[in-house]
Amino acid sequence: MAIKGAIVVDKEKCKGCGVCASVCPKQVIALSKNVNGKGYNYAEMVNGDCIGCASCGMVCPDGVITVYKAKV
Amino acid sequence: MFNEEIVKPENLVYKKTSVLTDAVMHYCPGCPHGTIHRIIAEVIDEMGIQDKTIGIAPVGCSVLAYNYFNVDFVEAAHGRAPALASAIQRLHPEHHTFTYQGDGDLAAIGTAETIHACNRGENIIIFFVNNAIYGMTGGQMAPTTLVGMKSATTPYGRRVDLNGWPLQITELVAQLPGTNFVTRQSASTPADVRKAKAAVRKAFENQAAKKGTQFVEFVSTCNSGWKMTPVAANEWMRQNMFPKYVLGDIKVEGEIVREYNPADSKVIRDLVSVK
Repeated sequence: MAIKGAIVVDKEKCKGCGVCASVCPKQVIALSKNVNGKGYNYAEMVNGDCIGCASCGMVCPDGVITVYKAKV
Repeated sequence: MFNEEIVKPENLVYKKTSVLTDAVMHYCPGCPHGTIHRIIAEVIDEMGIQDKTIGIAPVGCSVLAYNYFNVDFVEAAHGRAPALASAIQRLHPEHHTFTYQGDGDLAAIGTAETIHACNRGENIIIFFVNNAIYGMTGGQMAPTTLVGMKSATTPYGRRVDLNGWPLQITELVAQLPGTNFVTRQSASTPADVRKAKAAVRKAFENQAAKKGTQFVEFVSTCNSGWKMTPVAANEWMRQNMFPKYVLGDIKVEGEIVREYNPADSKVIRDLVSVK
């Protein structure tokens, strides 16, 4: 049994500030090379190491991150 | 791409609270206003007081705060939020009235209202967001700008002989007998957010017990006004703002728990690194 997490980013509302990436303890989050409708490089998961700690969600100024956690 | 079997409603651990509306905030990318809005909204949600909370919006970047909170809101004239909150709280003593003000609103044009509301001991909560600059109007010097800090109107850094000392309004109101809980928090890291949330909750609980004025300062950044990236601004805040605006409780249950020594400012003057 291992705890696995995942985040879902509301791409259109993300402003690409990068604060979530700077606090992630597992370096799971990075800014995408793609842009959203407003031209921001939105945040996205770049690997599967997420532990579902919700640190990113807590510091996200725009509240666009939803965090899930499960035992798999 | 990594998460098909994890993203299910029963595995949810964190989502934006419903006390915030779905409107996209107009704040710059990385602005801590959004985080602080969410901290307050989460506490309102957890305490179940959404239908009896009244917020007062200021003038400044957060002038449109009423678009984002799903509670009753009133917009005050510039700096007059504590006066308006006093009236509303007296008329609705069972409600929770809070003001949400920046440093230009609270510590510059509204200094008199702030100090007198705190001195009267009005049973209101004042949330004070201190980013040491006038963010909305283009980064001019505010009363709280650090010595040596560059702004649009102090391009060579704030000078004490010309511009005076940064105003420590939080320490100032802690001296007044009307204030019950005075604290200084931040919202740049998950640990700070947790501490800030505990402080905000304590303020709402004290207000429910009618203990007097609750004053919560958030040391904040203005990455656009400071001309930095959001992550660099957070780091600059930790290195330069925190020695001057020390985090932690200043007054708890009407007793000052951390004395303020003005001589500290003279020491800090030489420590402030100019960008």
